[in-house]
Amino acid sequence: MIATANAHSGQNPRSLPKAGHLLEIKGLKTYFYLFEGVARAVDDVSLHLDRSEVVGVVGESGCGKSVTAQSIMRLVPEPPGRIVGGSIVFDGMDLVKLPADRIRNIRGNRIAMIFQEPMTSLNPVFTIGDQIAEMFRQHMHLGRRESLERAVEMLARVQIPEPAKRARAYPHQLSGGMRQRAMIAMALACSPEILIADEPTTALDVTVQAQILDLMLQLRQDFHTAIIMITHDLGVIAEMAQRVVVMYAGKVVEEALTADLFDRPLHPYTAGLLESMPRLGSRRPGRSRKLKEIKGMVPGLLDLPPGCSFAPRCPRAMDICRRRVPELVPAGNGRRVRCRLFPGQGDTSATTADGG
Amino acid sequence: MATYIARRLLQGIVVLLAVSMICFIIFRYMGDPVLAMAGKYATQSEIEEVRHMLGLDQPSYVQYGRFLWNALHGNFGKSYVTRIPALGLILERFPATFELATTAICMSFLVGLTLGVLVALRPHTWYNRLVMAGSLAGISVPTFLTGILLIMVFAVYLGILPPFGRGKTVTIGFWRTGFLTIDGIKHLILPAATLATYQLAVLLRLTRAGMREVLAEEYIKTAWAKGLPPRKVIFKHALRNVLIPVVTMTGLQFGELIAFSIVTETIFQWPGMGNLLLTSIYETDQPVIVTYIMLAAFIIITINMVVDILYAVLNPKIRYD
Repeated sequence: MIATANAHSGQNPRSLPKAGHLLEIKGLKTYFYLFEGVARAVDDVSLHLDRSEVVGVVGESGCGKSVTAQSIMRLVPEPPGRIVGGSIVFDGMDLVKLPADRIRNIRGNRIAMIFQEPMTSLNPVFTIGDQIAEMFRQHMHLGRRESLERAVEMLARVQIPEPAKRARAYPHQLSGGMRQRAMIAMALACSPEILIADEPTTALDVTVQAQILDLMLQLRQDFHTAIIMITHDLGVIAEMAQRVVVMYAGKVVEEALTADLFDRPLHPYTAGLLESMPRLGSRRPGRSRKLKEIKGMVPGLLDLPPGCSFAPRCPRAMDICRRRVPELVPAGNGRRVRCRLFPGQGDTSATTADGG
Repeated sequence: MATYIARRLLQGIVVLLAVSMICFIIFRYMGDPVLAMAGKYATQSEIEEVRHMLGLDQPSYVQYGRFLWNALHGNFGKSYVTRIPALGLILERFPATFELATTAICMSFLVGLTLGVLVALRPHTWYNRLVMAGSLAGISVPTFLTGILLIMVFAVYLGILPPFGRGKTVTIGFWRTGFLTIDGIKHLILPAATLATYQLAVLLRLTRAGMREVLAEEYIKTAWAKGLPPRKVIFKHALRNVLIPVVTMTGLQFGELIAFSIVTETIFQWPGMGNLLLTSIYETDQPVIVTYIMLAAFIIITINMVVDILYAVLNPKIRYD
């Protein structure tokens, strides 16, 4: 059936030897040149993704997670945005340097993306079927009728009832959950190797959220697609991701296996995030407990503090934190952390205290 | 859909009734047709005779009833001046006006849309500023000035296009067309351009604004993320959405151009309905004026209805039922 959609004729990526990572971002810098100054939305971000892996990218709004995703797809609006440094290596190609026509063969085809708002992410004047069929026509050069048939099959695979009927429906005729399913069907149409999901469940009802996440996990196995899960919701990460990258103010502040991160967060920001997360059954009903919050606001990207960006909000900040930007250093078991509380910072003169 | 059309038809009839009422009042109480027909030196009995002949001695509601009844049968009375049925007189002029308006609207739609898209795609270039300044001029310069300037440049200085009239026409059935002769088309260019200028500027600005808004939409980001080439993203995904307001506007303008191209027709001595209306106003030829107003109302109502139906075709969110 659909599995034959793997026919990326000629350039089958799945038969390649597993040399290195599926996707490797190194030192990515995406800046926005605004009237008020330069916003370093993504500042020296490195992360990698392996085949069939789910990596979560987590952080508050404005931390650069979406811009990272857009940089991978080369969808950063230019101007004012520009990728000013770093590399994004995928299948031996540096996506940052790839010419526009070649990046189009990758977009949607080998790296696909779904967005936060299923309400506005589908074009209101075309039917669902048409919009999915467009993927087959564009990337597999299939004919009109065949593309539409394949679109209906895709709708069936994302468990939309009466797929043939839904294919003829317009986006506004479907519910939010249905639309997000349709978006997923569209994204997976060409069996991409990477699916970037930018807050795919944020706009949905909680019950629908769980269904969509289950669907994504199931489809990941069917399509062998690696997923970059971008979210501010640690609950989603816990359910989906094997590995987590925590971002703050354009920088990676911590990276760890999901279990390790939940077990023992290293960076004070991660710890704060976990404490601000509601847990089922942690309290008896009737005795309300306030969730802890991280005090203060995310700093504006235009006026970042000189040292560690998190220092002004950090309960364990030291003097040096406010002066020098810490490095991202290994912290054992594949973990990385950007914090002075952990040894390994370049300027060792200041790493004597462990901050208590 | 059928019920919607029926409802719109009913609304249209109500509007036409209201217009007919206004027309009747104009007919009845403004100016004195008896004086116009019988002449200044008529005797009392002659005046009475004319009054009776025109039915003006009846009570007003009877007169209005008769007016309506006749109008329903396409009888709007005879022109006081030419003694020809007013409707026939106007309809004879209709092809000229229709062809002029059609050409003008096609010009402004095609050029306005193309320029609007181009300008929206490259907002920070010199030709963008040029086009936007030009469109501002197109909106603010009055039609008569545009017409006269065009005549001056193309007819007087360059001498390549005729300054007035309709040129050679060919009659097919009742329709006299200027589309089929080169001379007719040459005569059409200047007046159509004059008529199109304002509409073009409006459509251009509408397209540009719509395009810039749509290009920032999420679904356009989706279209890019799908790996579509720019021409598909812009001309398929974006333009289809931009077209919704633009087509509506074009339709409304088209009705207005047919009904109210008076100034342009006068400047170019175009033998159309507008020109006839102006002559009739000079001569207080009330039946012609009234017929014209009724016909204009009818045309605009019809075109609005067509536009509404077209709107539903373009915008799947609109379903009439």
